[in-house]
Amino acid sequence: MKNKSIMILLLIVVVLIGAGYFGANGVEIGGTKYESAKDSIDLGLDLAGGVYVVLEANTDATGTELRQMMEETKAIISKRVDGLGVSEPNIAIEGDKRIRIELAGLSDPQEAIELIGKTALLQFVKPDGEVVITGKNVSDTTVIFQEGDMGIQEPVVSLVLDSEGTTAFYTATSELSQETETVDRIMYIVLDGEVISSPVVIDPIADGRPVISGDFELEEANNLTTLIRAGALPVEMIELQTSVIGPTLGLEAYNRSILAGIVALALIFSFMILVYKIPGVVASMALAVYVSIVIAVMIGIDVKLTLPGIAGLVLSIGMAVDANVLIYERIREELKADKTLRVAIDRGFKRALTSIMDANLTTLIAGVVLYSFGLGPIKGFGVTLIIGIVTSILTAVFFTKYVLILMANVTGSKNTKLYGA
Amino acid sequence: MKVIKNKKYTYLLSISIIVLGLVMFFVKGLNYGIDFTGGTLIQLNVGEFVELEDAREFMDPFDKNASIIYAGADKQELIIKSTLDLSNEEISTIVNSFVAKYEMDDNNFQTQKFGPLMGKEIQGRAVLSVLIAAGLMLAYISFRFQFKFGVAAIVALIHDVLVTLAIYSVLRLPVNSSFIAAILTIVGYSINDTIVIFDRIREELKLNQRATLENIIDGSVALSLRRTVNTTLTTIIAVSSLYFLGVEDIKVLALPLLLGMISGTYSSLFIATPVWFSLKKGKTN
Repeated sequence: MKNKSIMILLLIVVVLIGAGYFGANGVEIGGTKYESAKDSIDLGLDLAGGVYVVLEANTDATGTELRQMMEETKAIISKRVDGLGVSEPNIAIEGDKRIRIELAGLSDPQEAIELIGKTALLQFVKPDGEVVITGKNVSDTTVIFQEGDMGIQEPVVSLVLDSEGTTAFYTATSELSQETETVDRIMYIVLDGEVISSPVVIDPIADGRPVISGDFELEEANNLTTLIRAGALPVEMIELQTSVIGPTLGLEAYNRSILAGIVALALIFSFMILVYKIPGVVASMALAVYVSIVIAVMIGIDVKLTLPGIAGLVLSIGMAVDANVLIYERIREELKADKTLRVAIDRGFKRALTSIMDANLTTLIAGVVLYSFGLGPIKGFGVTLIIGIVTSILTAVFFTKYVLILMANVTGSKNTKLYGA
Repeated sequence: MKVIKNKKYTYLLSISIIVLGLVMFFVKGLNYGIDFTGGTLIQLNVGEFVELEDAREFMDPFDKNASIIYAGADKQELIIKSTLDLSNEEISTIVNSFVAKYEMDDNNFQTQKFGPLMGKEIQGRAVLSVLIAAGLMLAYISFRFQFKFGVAAIVALIHDVLVTLAIYSVLRLPVNSSFIAAILTIVGYSINDTIVIFDRIREELKLNQRATLENIIDGSVALSLRRTVNTTLTTIIAVSSLYFLGVEDIKVLALPLLLGMISGTYSSLFIATPVWFSLKKGKTN
């Protein structure tokens, strides 16, 4: 009995140390490389760095009409973001008429914000104000280089029009080329009400392949093609909130929070062992299990770790010990009442259990409310709190009790002093 | 522990703190973060100390009234807050002027922009969340214990929210969206603590049917005192680590959490318990 208990205890310790080691350093099994926990966990923007923008549709539309409009807007914004080459962008409709866009790891956030929020209504307008074609008539667009006025190669945006656009464009250019005055022969190219190019029409264009040249930098020309390709937004979007977090700042926040977590753990281990002796050792093991499970669950269900989320996690470590404290205090009382160790452990658990359940379930209510009603990072805080509470109940009830009984087998029931008597 | 006998003093202490907070609140108001007021925030880790005047020089063309404060161990970080809705281009210009002059890492910054409506919404959500949470917890406690325990727990909870507000208004901590997280955590922690004490009272009531209510309460508090102290200490260890090792954003969350949790522990012992006693006595008299 005693030897078997020692073996099991040793096994648990080895597994825990192994889990800690692989969690910290990653592991390679059968050719598959598993990253360390620190690198596998999904980071929120406040830790990874990046941009997030919340846009609101400026419209009075409601119901199905609004929903359709938002879906369309989301699809167009997604296409524009693809043009930016961001990995795993997160674009979501929030509430009725808001869109939240999260882009991690961008080099030029400024450019992204401008590109995303633009309505991007492209129009070709005659001098009399008549709109000839819009972005909808464009079937393809590319950046090409052509010789400019100064004789140097410059980037221009070349369009391919659909058949309807080709016809309209031909009719309009034929008309304009008949005019005598130069001012009357200008075809204005307008983007969101702003003239970006005003070429003079010399001959009618029949092939439906107009070119926009406007002293573009290559990047500007690229962005314009992205905008035209994705199409115009069906509604004007107003920028409600924009955050830009530099990756270095996010990384520092992450590293320092991890350090805070490790220091907190080490201090709590020491405190528990000092105060509770053998049960303190069990509590420390339970805490190690607790932290491993919480981190594994967060990686497993792809919870995005945010800064408030880390705070919630470190805090939950402090609170997770509470269940152990409650149990050991009860065991101590039972021992003081001259119960044998085994009976004391049994009764202590039973009596502590109602407190643990009631106290944790009430806190769970707060966590669920936080998750359901919180916005953005607060939601993350709620998730970590919920995972923390559930795991804390499970480890305290099952793991702590099991290991404590093993410990009692090893130390024998004489040494009740080691258990707080 | 003569919890009931000394309730006059403990009530007085709580009321003084809350009144002080209310006075500060009405005199100076709360230090709302820009996500509540709307505006622009620029946080830069310049890597070296920047004279306030030099920083002002960069900001003046955009907002002469912007608040500029230092952060970080060596004051190497700047936090610039403007109530104006600066354009993204203006923000870039400001950040770039620091990057150029101080040769700082151009990734080591953070900017935030909030429309004024966002703040109202966050505020509304905060109040709503606390109310919903309180309502649900009251229901749960009434179901598991008795209605009067629930009422006493909610009184303690309101106490903790008010004390937390007092902490924010006296220490001038920024009230931003993490403020909601702080309040709710404190509420959760405090309720947790209160339930443990109430659970003990419930148990002692069953075991000693002849003892006076006052003795039962004092006895229960005494019996759970070691647990209360030890749990509070471990939590303080965790939150202090965050406070001393975390970055600025975590610090402003950790400080109210630390004080709020002490208030939460205190209110479980010295507010919730005597309030329940008075409610219970009120019926028998």
